[in-house]
Amino acid sequence: MSAPLAATEWFRRMLFIRRFEETLLEMFSKGLLVGTTHTCIGQEADAVGVIDHLEPGRDVVVSNHRCHGHYIAFTDDPSGLMAEVMGRVGGTCAGRGGSQHLCRDGFYTNGVQGSIVPLASGMALAERERGGGGAVTVFIGDGTLGQGAVYECMNMAALWSLPLLIVVENNQYAQTTPVEIAVAGSIPDRARAFGITAVELDGRDAPAIHAAAGELLSTVRTGAPAVLVIDTYRLRAHSKGDDVRDPAEVAARERTDALAVVSQQLEPAERERIMAEVESALADCVATAEASPIAVGSAA
Amino acid sequence: MSSLRCGAALNRGLTEAMAADERVYLLGEDVLDPYGGAFKISTGISDRWPDRVISTPISEASLVGIAAGMAIQGYRPVLEIMFGDFITLGFDQIVNGISKFREMYNDQVRLPLVVRTPMGGRRGYGPTHSQSLEKFLIGVPNITVVATSEIHDLGAMMRAAVEDDEPVFLVENKVMYGRPNRRPESGRLDGFSVRESDGPYPALTLSASGFSAGTATIATYGGTVPLAIDAATELIMEHEVFCEIVVLGSLLPLDLDPVLESVERTGALIVAEEGTMTAGIGAEIAARVQEAAWDDLRAPVRRVAAADGIIPSAPGLEDAMLPSVPELVDAALRCEAARV
Repeated sequence: MSAPLAATEWFRRMLFIRRFEETLLEMFSKGLLVGTTHTCIGQEADAVGVIDHLEPGRDVVVSNHRCHGHYIAFTDDPSGLMAEVMGRVGGTCAGRGGSQHLCRDGFYTNGVQGSIVPLASGMALAERERGGGGAVTVFIGDGTLGQGAVYECMNMAALWSLPLLIVVENNQYAQTTPVEIAVAGSIPDRARAFGITAVELDGRDAPAIHAAAGELLSTVRTGAPAVLVIDTYRLRAHSKGDDVRDPAEVAARERTDALAVVSQQLEPAERERIMAEVESALADCVATAEASPIAVGSAA
Repeated sequence: MSSLRCGAALNRGLTEAMAADERVYLLGEDVLDPYGGAFKISTGISDRWPDRVISTPISEASLVGIAAGMAIQGYRPVLEIMFGDFITLGFDQIVNGISKFREMYNDQVRLPLVVRTPMGGRRGYGPTHSQSLEKFLIGVPNITVVATSEIHDLGAMMRAAVEDDEPVFLVENKVMYGRPNRRPESGRLDGFSVRESDGPYPALTLSASGFSAGTATIATYGGTVPLAIDAATELIMEHEVFCEIVVLGSLLPLDLDPVLESVERTGALIVAEEGTMTAGIGAEIAARVQEAAWDDLRAPVRRVAAADGIIPSAPGLEDAMLPSVPELVDAALRCEAARV
C-alpha cells in the first residue's frame, strides 16, 4: 500500500492528464485529429488515486473507452498515447487501435461496454494461478452496469477468489442518459449480493480514493475481489461535443472537482511552477508524437 | 485405434494435451468428474488434474472472455461450450475481443485458446440444441475454425488445437461422438483411395476411381461426411457414377487447395453442410472455386444444406429439413447429366 500523495504530486499528476486531454480536444476542434475521443476531465483523481498502488510488471489494468487517464497513470508513456491518437507508427498500437484500444505492459483497453470485465476476470484467474501477488484492476462506468456480463463476473470472481478490483467510476451519465433512469437500487449493494466487499465514496476527495483503493487492493491481492464505487462527474462531453446537460450543473461541478480542490491547497508560486512544468512536459509529449511517421497501410 | 469411438478419441487427445503442458486449463459447465461434460469429452480430466479444471456457472457470455484473458496472460485455456447453439452468447467476446486483440494491439499479445463445442442435429434435441452455427464463425477474421470428422485423427487434431498459438474453435458433432473414429489404412477407406494433406488440420480427399477423372467433387466436413460417403457409395453401386469427396479440416482459413485439385479432375462441385443454406460455408467455397477454377467447371456449383428454417424436434420433421443422402445423389446425377 503506497504512502499518501502530497498535494503537489496530486496536482502535478492530475493536471497533466487534464491538460493532455484538453490538448486532444483542441486538436480535434482544429481538425488535426480524426475519429473520436472520450475524455476523463473531472475524473482524473480516480486514475491517479487507484493506480498509485499498482506496478507495471506485477499488476494489470483493464480499461474502457474513457481510458487516457488510466493509461497515463499506469504506463508513464503519454507520448505513446498521443502518437496513437494521432495515428502515428510510434503509437502504443502503431495507430491500429486509436484512442480506446490501447495495450502496453499489462495495460489493456477495449471499446465495448461490459466486455472488458470478463477479460479482466480471465486475467485475474491467470494471476491467481501464477501466485505472484498481482492484482487486476478493471475500470468501468455507471453505464456499464447495464451489461449482464458484469454480474456473471462478480459471481465468478467471488466463487473463484479472483484478485480483481472493479472500479466503478459513476460519472452520473452514460453518454447522455442520467444514472437515475438507468441504474436501479444501490450500486455497491449489487456487489455485496455476491459477497464482495464494496466501498462507495465521493470522487472529489482525492486522498479518500487513494486510501480506499490501497486498503481494498491489499485484500484483493489475497484473493478477495472488491468493488470501489467512485461518485464523480465528467466535466466535458461524452466524446467531443455531444453535451446536452444544463451548463449551470456542469459549471457548479467544475468549481468543486478534485483538481480544483487540490489546486486551492497549493501556494500560488508552487501552483505556477507545477503548471509550467506540466506545460513543458506536454509540449515534449506532443513533439515526440509528431516526430513519428504517420501510419499508412498497404493495399490488400 | 480403429475401434475407438470419436468422443473417446477426442477425450484421449485432450487428456494428452493436459499431460503435456501445465499451462493447459479446462473450463466449462458440468465438466467435473464423474459427469465429465454433457458428451463425456472431459471425462477423467478433473480426477487427474483437479487444480486445472474449473467448473463454471452458466455464463457463456463471460466465459469466452475469461478464456481470452487467461490466454493473453500466458495460459492455454480449453473452454467447453456444452452445445454449439450457446456460442451465440459469446459472440461479443469472439468478434470484438478474440478476433481483435492481436492485430489491434499491434502484435503485442497472443491468444492460445481453444473453444470446443458440439454442433449438429439428428438427435431430436429440437431448434435450439441441434444447429450447425460454424458459418457464423468463418465470418470472423483472425480465428481458426476446425471441423472434426469421424475419419480425421481426432486425438491429433485436439492436441494440435491446444498447442496452436492462435485461437482455435474446434467444431465437433454430436452424432460423430458415438461413431467409430475410422482412419484410412494403407491409403484406403471404405473402398475409396484416400489422400491426406499435411498440417495440423488436414483435408482428406476420397476417390472411388483412383484419382482419375470423376463426375463431381463433394466438398464437405463434420457430421455430413458419413452422408457423403454413403452417397458416393450408392452412386457407384447403383449408377456407376464416380465422385471424389473432400473432407475439410480447416474451415477458416478455408483450405481451398484440395478442393481445387479435385475439381480439376472432376469438373464439377457439390458443397454439402448441415447448417442452413443461405450465406453458408458452401456459398463461400462456391464463390472461391468459380473465381479460381472457372475453366475447370462444366456445371453450376450445387449446394446441399439444411433448409432455411428451424430444426424441428420430431424426427420425421428434422429429417425433412436436414441434408440427406438422396439429395447428394441427386446433385451428383445432375452433374453427371451435364457431362454429355
